[in-house]
Amino acid sequence: MSIDTTPKMSWWNRLAHPGQFVILTKPLILPLTALTALLFAAGLWFAFFNSPADYQMGDTVRIMYVHVPTAWLSQFVYATMAVSAIGSLVWRHPMADVSMKTAAPLGAAFTAMALFTGSLWGRPTWGTFWEWDGRMTSTLVLLFIYLGIVALWRAFDDQLRAARVVAVFTLVGAVNIPIIKFSVDWWSTLHQPASVFRPDGPTMPGSILTPLFVMFFAFTFLFITLQLTAMHTEVRRRRIATLERRAARGETR
Amino acid sequence: MSGFVSVLRRELSLSLRGGGEMLTLVLFFVIVGAIVPFAVGPDKVLLAGIAPGIVWIAAFLAMLMGLEKLFGPDRADGTLGLYRLADTPLSAVVAAKVIAHWLTAALPLILASPILALLLSMDLPTFWRTLVSLLIGTPALAGFGALGAALTVATRHGGLIAPILIAPLSMPVLIFGVGAISASGGPGQTGVATLLLAALSLMVVALTPFAAALAIDWGED
Repeated sequence: MSIDTTPKMSWWNRLAHPGQFVILTKPLILPLTALTALLFAAGLWFAFFNSPADYQMGDTVRIMYVHVPTAWLSQFVYATMAVSAIGSLVWRHPMADVSMKTAAPLGAAFTAMALFTGSLWGRPTWGTFWEWDGRMTSTLVLLFIYLGIVALWRAFDDQLRAARVVAVFTLVGAVNIPIIKFSVDWWSTLHQPASVFRPDGPTMPGSILTPLFVMFFAFTFLFITLQLTAMHTEVRRRRIATLERRAARGETR
Repeated sequence: MSGFVSVLRRELSLSLRGGGEMLTLVLFFVIVGAIVPFAVGPDKVLLAGIAPGIVWIAAFLAMLMGLEKLFGPDRADGTLGLYRLADTPLSAVVAAKVIAHWLTAALPLILASPILALLLSMDLPTFWRTLVSLLIGTPALAGFGALGAALTVATRHGGLIAPILIAPLSMPVLIFGVGAISASGGPGQTGVATLLLAALSLMVVALTPFAAALAIDWGED
């Protein structure tokens, strides 16, 4: 008869241990990096050499292959953060804290990239770098929310405490983002006639759709790779902070 | 319930006896509004056109001013710790504080808004609509303000972060607040905006005390 009554650790619980998490996910980094590089190589080749220029917009249509995936990620990363926030608040999962923290700057970067490429694309097609159009405005607000979250993380010394407070704000933001989106759409249709011409839509031919899809997956895998790497870095950073604190207290071990 | 009422009474008497902070806030509100003509020129037509926006921005900024004293002093002297242990739920305490914050930081501004209306050459119908939209919309700002103050109360230098966090969330309030005043949206649009503003305000005031209480509770150890 077995005396050992300790329950076996499930993979979920094992992932909760930062050291175990790093050990378990470390082998994923290299294949993910390779896959991302491969997807980018294929996507960029399609985007530059194997897709037609638009009959109206010319070569500027190729900006879309960066713009649309980053715009998608700007929302996907927030969803990742919100799910991590729930994991952090409900299960107190330590890696959810870490994932929430590392996703914020990545999301801000993708959102900024979407805005930047959008304004580069807007200049030749709409004749302006910036238009107070509903979608652009709500993306800008989303960028502000991301940056606010980064600022809130940095305002705390104790990262465990910060995680819970940031999780509350992240979830409030998640509830608010649809409201912001709705209000901004209402506002921009009120103030501005329908001057924005969006050439994309269901009529996109396959020759444009292929590079778009490939780039879409390339950017998503880029996010996953960067997120995992950043999580490993964060785990190590916390361990170093703990060791330094111990050393400062004079404990040898 | 008695805890709720006594927190409300404590907050009100603290700010009424606190050395004219309310008047300073009103002064700030009027000055922010009065500074705009110096920046854009004393063109009466232009000023009347942007007056609703100016009044809302001034109210928004003035309501950010008082945020640090919402939870900061209570945390410093240990009252917040006692609130967390008290029988009255922390969310009820926060709700009392939201109401007190609105009464001491928003109501005086609304009472002072005729001065700005006069300075910015608003006509009378617009002024009435401004008054209504401020009355309906400022509770939402008070709720978001309490949330921002609660999120940053445990930080060492949270003073600047609360406005950064609140401003994006408050954008719908500003949009519907100004939309409820200016007739640029055509007939019927101001009514829609007023209703949306009321809905937003009710939702924010109902939900933020819980979120803010969570943030305070989990921000401490």
